[in-house]
Amino acid sequence: MQSPGDLELNRRDLVAGASVAAAATAFPGSARAQSTDAEGAVLTKMSLTVNGERRELELDTRTTLLDAVREHLHLTGAKKGCDHGQCGACTMIVDGRRINSCLTLAVMHQNDAVMTIEGLGKPGDLHPMQAAFIKHDGYQCGFCTPGQICSGVAVIAEIRSGIPSHVSADLNGPYEVTDAEIRERMSGNICRCGAYSNIVEAITEVAGRQA
Amino acid sequence: MKSFTYERPSSPAEAAATVAAKPNAKFIAGGTNLLDLMKLQIETPTHLVDVNGLGLDKVEATPEGGLRIGALVRNTDLAADARVRKDYGVLSRALLAGASGQLRNKATTAGNLLQRTRCPYFYDTAQACNKRQPGSGCSAIDGVSRQLAVIGASEACIATYPGDMAVAMRVLDATVETVDAKGGTRKIPVADFHRLPGDRPEVDTTLRAGELITAVTLPKPVVGRHIYRKVRDRASYAYALVSVAAIIGKDGTGHVAFGGVAPRPWRIEAAEGDLPKGAKAVTDKVFAGAKPTHDNAYKLKLAERTLGAVLSEARA
Repeated sequence: MQSPGDLELNRRDLVAGASVAAAATAFPGSARAQSTDAEGAVLTKMSLTVNGERRELELDTRTTLLDAVREHLHLTGAKKGCDHGQCGACTMIVDGRRINSCLTLAVMHQNDAVMTIEGLGKPGDLHPMQAAFIKHDGYQCGFCTPGQICSGVAVIAEIRSGIPSHVSADLNGPYEVTDAEIRERMSGNICRCGAYSNIVEAITEVAGRQA
Repeated sequence: MKSFTYERPSSPAEAAATVAAKPNAKFIAGGTNLLDLMKLQIETPTHLVDVNGLGLDKVEATPEGGLRIGALVRNTDLAADARVRKDYGVLSRALLAGASGQLRNKATTAGNLLQRTRCPYFYDTAQACNKRQPGSGCSAIDGVSRQLAVIGASEACIATYPGDMAVAMRVLDATVETVDAKGGTRKIPVADFHRLPGDRPEVDTTLRAGELITAVTLPKPVVGRHIYRKVRDRASYAYALVSVAAIIGKDGTGHVAFGGVAPRPWRIEAAEGDLPKGAKAVTDKVFAGAKPTHDNAYKLKLAERTLGAVLSEARA
């Protein structure tokens, strides 16, 4: 019998519940699920800093950084799009560098400093890049946006720190914040709604303001 | 993904010994290719040896006037290294033509050399693939093969080596340095590093079991225009259909290697003497004996025209 509270399950809880049910079917009894044979999960303890906060985790070694942050720390800003490093929706900034969090194991980030969209800014205290995406309408559905914003912040830092790109005319710089540079450097972030031109405007504005 | 145990060794030799001793163990560095393949269960290691903490992440000058690039130097850092930008521009350009900013921040020098093919039949576990499952056949040869090899392939496999960095390293005469389980070291010319498939396409390289790449060395810089030109289906973030890595001197002589056309970076030194005569004279020799499929015969003309564009750029 359902209580009113049960009806407040959101879609995420329902999906999680269905996954647990499926797992229980596949592995009847907790002893089997915790076994250490070739089919069993290998658990390991680790810690890392997420958005300035120290977090301790016990994880299946298979857990990607993306899944650790979303499913274990419940920071669901970074998105799982393709889960193969092709779309960029999972982009996080780790030790100052943007990476695809879906293509790296959480256990490989012991003591690393991870920045997600939640750490960049929040309602009432937006990062300039978040504010610029709103101002320039740099999204429609919003699914790719956390990755786009993290990537955009890192792109400006990469240009400022003297990292060349495929379209840089001279490898030895100087590197300008041109449309061509932004488009090339942002090519690992796909937007299926096609908000690209507005994303370029948002990044250009933030880069200009910081110049 | 299949379950695996995980460890961080304390030295390169210990890492090599662990992988040599444990069946089904693998090194992991950037992980951008390996984890992708593990999710698809194309790679199914039961033990991962994380080599990120071994201090193999420096670019150093060699006594011979070249550079020694640590195996764990990230693609971004190698492309941005001031010495590489100044003296080995073809290498910077090749690195920057590959992947995305996020991937270059993780991908390593050694891992990039070991990148596996992007043949769609290797990736599709419902298809026959001798590289993925030895003896199962090759669905690519009579399949959709427009991306695949035109030369150096075999009856068993027509997959290409997909990377850009190694094509530049081939034209730079780089050397791969390794350590084995007993602590022994070896130097492998990059020309001998990637194998042709023959009847054993599952073996991509000449590395032995457990042998760990520690560095790639570059000889003294070669003077000339350093050019990497990559032709692909879109302007960014795509594998090469054809690429050309070249160093061309003022007199029109030089060195050239091709990517996207073969199971390894493709360079025929004997053809380079014809560079002053123009692209066709060179590609006629470089691609002598090519066996393109109906789908990928375009690559032969594309290689000639891409080299032609490179030679024009060098003269400009």
